[in-house]
Amino acid sequence: MPEASTEARPEPKRQLPLLEPETAFFWTGGANGQLLIQQCAACGTYQHPPLPRCRACHSADVAPVAVSGRGRIATYTVNREAWLPGLKVPFVYAAVELEEQSQLYVFANILGLVEAVRIGLAVTVTFEQHEDVWLPMFEIHDDR
Amino acid sequence: MTGNAHAEKQVCITGAGQSEVGRPSSKSALQLTVDACMTAITAAGLTPRDIDGITTFPGRSGDTGGFSPVGSTEAMLALGMEPTWIGASTEGHAHLGAVISAVQAIASGMCRHVLVFRTVTQAQARLRSRSSTLLGKAGQPSRVEGANQWSVPFNAISPTNMYALYAQAYFDKYGATSQQLGAIAVNARAMASKNPNAIYRKPLTLDDYMASRVISTPLRLYDCDTHIDGSTAILLSHRDAARDLKLPPIHIEAMGMAIGGLGYGLHEGDFTSLPATRAGDMLWSHTDLTPKDVDVAQIYDGFSILTLLWLEAMQLCRPGEAAAFVEGGARIGLGGELPLNTSGGQLSAGRFHGYGHTYEACLQLWGQGGERQVEGAKVCAVANGGYGYGALLLRTD
Ligand SMILES: [Zn+2]
Repeated sequence: MPEASTEARPEPKRQLPLLEPETAFFWTGGANGQLLIQQCAACGTYQHPPLPRCRACHSADVAPVAVSGRGRIATYTVNREAWLPGLKVPFVYAAVELEEQSQLYVFANILGLVEAVRIGLAVTVTFEQHEDVWLPMFEIHDDR
Repeated sequence: MTGNAHAEKQVCITGAGQSEVGRPSSKSALQLTVDACMTAITAAGLTPRDIDGITTFPGRSGDTGGFSPVGSTEAMLALGMEPTWIGASTEGHAHLGAVISAVQAIASGMCRHVLVFRTVTQAQARLRSRSSTLLGKAGQPSRVEGANQWSVPFNAISPTNMYALYAQAYFDKYGATSQQLGAIAVNARAMASKNPNAIYRKPLTLDDYMASRVISTPLRLYDCDTHIDGSTAILLSHRDAARDLKLPPIHIEAMGMAIGGLGYGLHEGDFTSLPATRAGDMLWSHTDLTPKDVDVAQIYDGFSILTLLWLEAMQLCRPGEAAAFVEGGARIGLGGELPLNTSGGQLSAGRFHGYGHTYEACLQLWGQGGERQVEGAKVCAVANGGYGYGALLLRTD
């Protein structure tokens, strides 16, 4: 038997979100290529994470709507610590402020070159399917 | 004048105690708790039967991670107490939530003395599970729910990742640097070298800090606190009952509290300040003292960036100025204008989880700081929390 090598260790599986009544739409919208964010029909406010009522006006008339999937990097971190055996580092974890509303944040990884990431960069959503979950990820937006 | 309208004006700190610190400790969680509690009670010249209230943060936790292995009931039984009031503060203003509840219990006449304790045995637990993250057990994926679903699926498994988001935004907005942030860790270690009950006492230079490995940019190893086994107890008494006790009463001049959504994926603002700002506002609205009157500060340092954000929330620095204030360490060292985290804080004394800060504040105000005593310290600010926020302004006569 060949010797086990630490380099060859398989990447650990991502721990996926439990699909719950309030959040399932967010985690499965990617099946149709859509980033779904909860919006209040009464006052128009978007909110994320989703909640049973609108935090702004307390209306129960809240529902998922497809947003543009565009935003900017509000802040980020380059994770360098392998928290789990085999975890591929570095990777970027960021708060993306969606263009639909100020301080409407979605948390995700930023794909592509780690060195390219800066606060303020425009990003666009993409999805990564794992089992029955479509994790939103963001790519640095290229205008050209 | 703010007068005596606020509950905390009725309450004093009359005793404090801390167990040994271990990594790991050979003592059980309950033994560490009893050690800390008995020290606090006897320091006041009382016995457990005199104490008619007990509470803790957060209350006994079912997990096996040593986060909160002892609840109020077990401590009560082990101490042979017969309290009329008993509580725990799972939710609330973080670590100080239990202290705030105790203040309310005393001010409302429910009891005269409340013992507040906090026990952690995360070092013992770590040896058993080898886990250091938000995942219960490494390598055993199950579905994540609640607040952690916004971070864990993206492999942002540690709280370090979330506070790194704050640090990066703060660096970017205000031009703060790693050298400035590093002053928090270097200061903590210098203080810890003068604290016999600190877990890390070997000197640390800024070069050591800059050479340490990056965990999650811009946070390095020494920006993160360290898990320990230990217990702290604080005894609170009605001011009328405090007079005849052994130690000079420490007055709770003011307290402040706030809650935000950090633990639930809801973030206010642009990641350069905490909802703790509201706790600071409340605290200063309860007193005629001003930030200039603070002689020494014990400010939460679960991660070093939290100390910068809290210094601003407590109005000890203006927004965006904390990093420049701590740079080089002179202003926050012994003999500086604001000696900071004189026990070594959680970064170097160990994660007593908030309670180490209040304990150290008491030692300083009783003149029991030994080699690290801030001369003439009469007013001490205490701030705790990263998800919920509590603050105290303590003073002696
Ligand atoms: Zn609304």
